[in-house]
Amino acid sequence: MLELRGISKTFGSEQAIPLMNLTIAAGATTVLIGTSGCGKSTLLRLMIGLIQPDAGTVFFEGTPLTQESALFLRHRMGYVIQDGGLFPHLTARENIELMARHLRWEDKRIASRLSELIELTHFPSDGLGRYPVQLSGGQQQRVSLMRALMLDPHVLLLDEPLGALDPMVRSDLQTELKAIFDTLKKTVVLVTHDMGEAGFFGDLIILFREGTIVQQGTFEELVNVPVDPFVTQFVNAQRSPLTATGGTSQ
Amino acid sequence: MRPAIVTGLVFAVFSYNSTAIALDAEPITVGSKSFTESVVLGELVSHLVRNADATAIHKRGMGGTQVLWNALKNGDIDIYPEYTGTIAQEILSGQHIESMEDIHQAIADHGLRMTRPLGFNNTYAIGMKKSHADVLGIRTISDLRSHPDLRFGFSNEFMDRGDGWPSLKATYSLPHKDVNGLEHDLAYRGIDGGSIDAIDLYMTDADIPYYDLRVLQDDLSHFPAYHAVLLYRDDLEHQSPEIVTVFKLLEGHVSTAEMRQMNVDVKIEQQSETRVAAEFLQRKLGLSVVYREETMADRIVRTTREHLILVSISLFAAILIALPLGIIAARRPVMGQAILGTVGIIQTIPALALLVFMIPLLGIGVPAAIAALFLYSLLPIVRNTYTGLHDISPPMRESAEALGLPAGVRLRKVELPLASRSILAGIKTSAVINVGFATLGAFIAAGGYGESILTGIRLDNMSLILQGAIPAAVLALLVQGFFELLERVAVPKGLRLAR
Repeated sequence: MLELRGISKTFGSEQAIPLMNLTIAAGATTVLIGTSGCGKSTLLRLMIGLIQPDAGTVFFEGTPLTQESALFLRHRMGYVIQDGGLFPHLTARENIELMARHLRWEDKRIASRLSELIELTHFPSDGLGRYPVQLSGGQQQRVSLMRALMLDPHVLLLDEPLGALDPMVRSDLQTELKAIFDTLKKTVVLVTHDMGEAGFFGDLIILFREGTIVQQGTFEELVNVPVDPFVTQFVNAQRSPLTATGGTSQ
Repeated sequence: MRPAIVTGLVFAVFSYNSTAIALDAEPITVGSKSFTESVVLGELVSHLVRNADATAIHKRGMGGTQVLWNALKNGDIDIYPEYTGTIAQEILSGQHIESMEDIHQAIADHGLRMTRPLGFNNTYAIGMKKSHADVLGIRTISDLRSHPDLRFGFSNEFMDRGDGWPSLKATYSLPHKDVNGLEHDLAYRGIDGGSIDAIDLYMTDADIPYYDLRVLQDDLSHFPAYHAVLLYRDDLEHQSPEIVTVFKLLEGHVSTAEMRQMNVDVKIEQQSETRVAAEFLQRKLGLSVVYREETMADRIVRTTREHLILVSISLFAAILIALPLGIIAARRPVMGQAILGTVGIIQTIPALALLVFMIPLLGIGVPAAIAALFLYSLLPIVRNTYTGLHDISPPMRESAEALGLPAGVRLRKVELPLASRSILAGIKTSAVINVGFATLGAFIAAGGYGESILTGIRLDNMSLILQGAIPAAVLALLVQGFFELLERVAVPKGLRLAR
């Protein structure tokens, strides 16, 4: 599905990714996790061609991703960022339909796709005429997700999609998002720094540190069979206060 | 048979041509300098031209000697009033002009001609309060020698000129020590109030009768002659000889006293130059001139139209050029610095200097003023377009890119709408600045509200100044208001809500 071959990336004097080989499996949810600055967001932006690697090639469904090919390959990719990245001058509907209209889809096709998405994301249809600023954070992320899914992409790339939401909304939306992923059965790559979220979503979790992969496996493997003390350290640091202090309230 | 056809054809062609000339007759453009007497002379010529059933356009008060002289040479105007002294001393200085014949020959090289003198000699002179001069028994400049305690107040220009105070003092061996340079208008007030005893003046000054001054006789003929003449283009003589005949009617017909009286009628009595000139022609030449005086409403409507043309054309052109420049500046950092630097430098050029720079390129008048306004409008629009695009957050930019929209579509559908508020603010700034700056267009005969203001200053007529200043202020406010309304339409609703 997505393959990174011999990738390296440097920003100025800072080496974000020294050398990376990575294959994202089709039909599964892969979570990229690590401390901030570990290169996980950089990796996601390399995957959709927003930045170009210094060396190596990203392949998407067998095609090398270049600045030229990215333009049409992106039609098969959906991208959601932390703040939604919704265009404030467009209504929710206009945001979602923007790309389909650019590709000159027929009105009928757009309308039917939109109603599918509304059903999928449980977005209130009267909110479609609102501007992003008139929507709550959770609703904005639903719109952003609909926009990413509009062209029925083969892969969904999400960069901390729930990072800006308050805990209650976040918890609800996690459940819903998981249900959506299960329904769609699409390839998903999700970036987070939250171990709980990674465990909740990830079929496969890849833990990064300073631009290199420390360990990849299921949540249970990372917890039970850590390959490095850093893995345990990272997992423990993110446990709830109760379990971290060995609390017995349960 | 054949010769007959040929003759017929020749006749047909010839008559066709002559009709065409009559129909397409170019209007005669009259120029005048920015002081009352020159404008009155310009009106005299215009009336005469119109009386001969030709069209005359009078560009009033275009500027100083150099502006008029260059405009005549370039063909921007066909004729304007000048003084022989000015031609000899200023225009053709260094060419040893000693006689009228010398002038005729020298200007012929430029394709220009000169009429015979109109009659009056508007040279420099020395004036005293009549009552004071009578008491001291002073009638000539030589008489001043026996009153060494008199205080002189001369215009700064007179203090410096070759034929001014230094040489006057030498010619007449004047012993006076209390001699000061000061503003000409203040000199009149000084002599009226008694703090000055003698001043320099022009022979036809309206102030001479107003302040009851005596013009001292230049008994040693120190001052060169400043005979009023009309300078006109050679081609006028060939194309419209009948027009030349008509304005030559003025030759020898305007005396010093008559010219002075016309100046009084305009400056002191506040009559229009148009009326004063028409009444003179009626009185002197028995011509009944049909004229229409411009009412206040006429003037405001006309200057408003002229002003709007200056502002709207220059602003529109500036938007067309500045918007792409701003986009390039935002896209290409190196070229962006060059663009912003260049338009920034243009902005540092003083407004009047910018107008004057345009004259050699575009002559005087509306095109030059529009070009200067256009250049002045660039910076706010370029800068605000650049800033508006530059300030779009990287995640927003990347969201558009990640969707797969091509660069052009991203610019049109996302980036420009997001920058719209900033861009519109830039256009608004340019428009408001333009309304103010356009008043300076009157300095190069581009019309507009500035014309009322400048004429008002020339005539010391506050009402006229306000007829320019108030509409200019109102227009600036209206433009401001218009753009605020436009913002409600042009800035997307989602951005306005976000505020």
